Amino acid sequence: MAMPESLYYFIQQLINGLTVGSTYALIAIGYTMVYGIIGMINFAHGEIYMIGSYIAFIVIAALAMFGIESVPLIIVAAFAISMMVTSAYGYSIERVAYRPLRGGNRLIPLISAIGMSIFLQNLVRIAQGSRDIAMPTMISGGVDIGPHEGFHATLSYMQMIIFVVTLITMFGLTLFISRSRMGRACRACAEDLKMTNLLGINTNGIIALTFVIGAALAAIAGVLLGMYYGVINPYIGFMAGLKAFTAAVLGGIGSIPGAVLGGLLLGVTEAITAGYFSSEYKDVVAFALLILILLFRPSGILGRPEVEKV
Amino acid sequence: MSRPLLDVSGLTMRFGGLLAVDGVHLSVEPGQIVSMIGPNGAGKTTVFNCLTGFYKPSGGKILFDGREIQGMPGFKVARRGMIRTFQHVRLFKEMTVVENLLVAQHQHMNTNLLAGLFKTPGYRRSEQEALERAAYWLDRVDLHAFANRPANTLAYGQQRRLEIARCMVTQPKLLMLDEPAAGLNPRETDDLKELISELRDQHQITVLLIEHDMKLVMSISDRIVVINQGRPLAAGTPDEIKQNPDVIKAYLGET
Repeated sequence: MAMPESLYYFIQQLINGLTVGSTYALIAIGYTMVYGIIGMINFAHGEIYMIGSYIAFIVIAALAMFGIESVPLIIVAAFAISMMVTSAYGYSIERVAYRPLRGGNRLIPLISAIGMSIFLQNLVRIAQGSRDIAMPTMISGGVDIGPHEGFHATLSYMQMIIFVVTLITMFGLTLFISRSRMGRACRACAEDLKMTNLLGINTNGIIALTFVIGAALAAIAGVLLGMYYGVINPYIGFMAGLKAFTAAVLGGIGSIPGAVLGGLLLGVTEAITAGYFSSEYKDVVAFALLILILLFRPSGILGRPEVEKV
Repeated sequence: MSRPLLDVSGLTMRFGGLLAVDGVHLSVEPGQIVSMIGPNGAGKTTVFNCLTGFYKPSGGKILFDGREIQGMPGFKVARRGMIRTFQHVRLFKEMTVVENLLVAQHQHMNTNLLAGLFKTPGYRRSEQEALERAAYWLDRVDLHAFANRPANTLAYGQQRRLEIARCMVTQPKLLMLDEPAAGLNPRETDDLKELISELRDQHQITVLLIEHDMKLVMSISDRIVVINQGRPLAAGTPDEIKQNPDVIKAYLGET
């Protein structure tokens, strides 16, 4: 049965959108978990993603220097080391720039976060240079969807890896939050931080854990997108952070399923815009969406209307 | 004579120019039920907030179980065995009833992630103990049938009982209840009175109570402390307090 070209074209946009969207979702979870517990937007979170990409690049380059050629080994090492290093970043940022400011005006940690974001961006710029760095291509090829002759959609192996890794990560996170004791304490903190503290739980520890988890997830996104796009520079964190923030707001900030839904929705919207209109307009549409959501449904798709916390 | 479980001296709390608590003294013997009473705005809840580490007191000394605890973060105070409720219900509303009781036992449980991943024997045992303790207290407060319901689906009186159960699973030495009878009907108040007496008599719990229901206060308290405008006004047995002219004046106004 012959399917029209336009359908394959649509499928291709959908695949591209879901690929990018699932990485938005990974980053957005970091925003949403931190917001859910301490009500703060961690604007330095996008830089964590960027640092994750750089660490992956360094690991790949270093292993290549030592003559290691096994692609699975390189990829696993890139993930593991990148997640460890960004976790340390996430922990330190919270400890140094946010915790001492907690309890005061909510604007103050926000400004501190913006400062931290500029600091990290420039740190990487000075250490690694501001030009684009090409990530070596390690995974190429893919499967065709549709006829081999003529127009067809392609699902690349890299895209498959992005889907699989994202799915596993989401599944693990869901298990952690819903089943583990630490996850239970996280949920308690999100509902009532002070009460949780008065029940004998070290809430500062839980907050730090949230930053660490968020940073590790951002690193996963950084490694994946770095390999997918093949180019990184010290400025990629800014836009990725804004997009993920949009995704988190779109889905309902504070809600983890919301962050996932928002990320996927935003990714698909962008891909459709790029595919049917012009790729120059995809950011316009993405942020127009953010403004519309803020105007008409500030609590997002899955978020609940804001209840004043005591 | 036994050492007091809680010994507060000269407790002061200042908010800008307002002296909310001014030199409050308070001593609670183990096994007693002590009530703190006073007109609205007298600073009773502020005293609670200072004791539990919710506020950092501006001055004074708080000795709990032989240790100075003023200025200690709330979770450390709680781990020493001081636990409280608030005037309004503060359950984790989206969690189930039993989850509320499990999360309160977090400090007693092995929270090592690896132990949880591999379900080591120690992990299982602590989970089992926590569940048993939760079940025991659910029975005590008559909520066993609701164990797996989200906490916000309970009736108001049930939510208040669940809060007391949540305090009890932490195995406290001192239970501090802030207006536990507020919003309860007379029957529920009677049940509450029975529960509080039972906690003291069968579980050796010391109770510090803020309450406006005078009938309840007079019938279960071993001692009563009266606070007015942030200052201690009187202290004594319920009978002594009933006769005290200062207390009568503070409550009824000048005549």
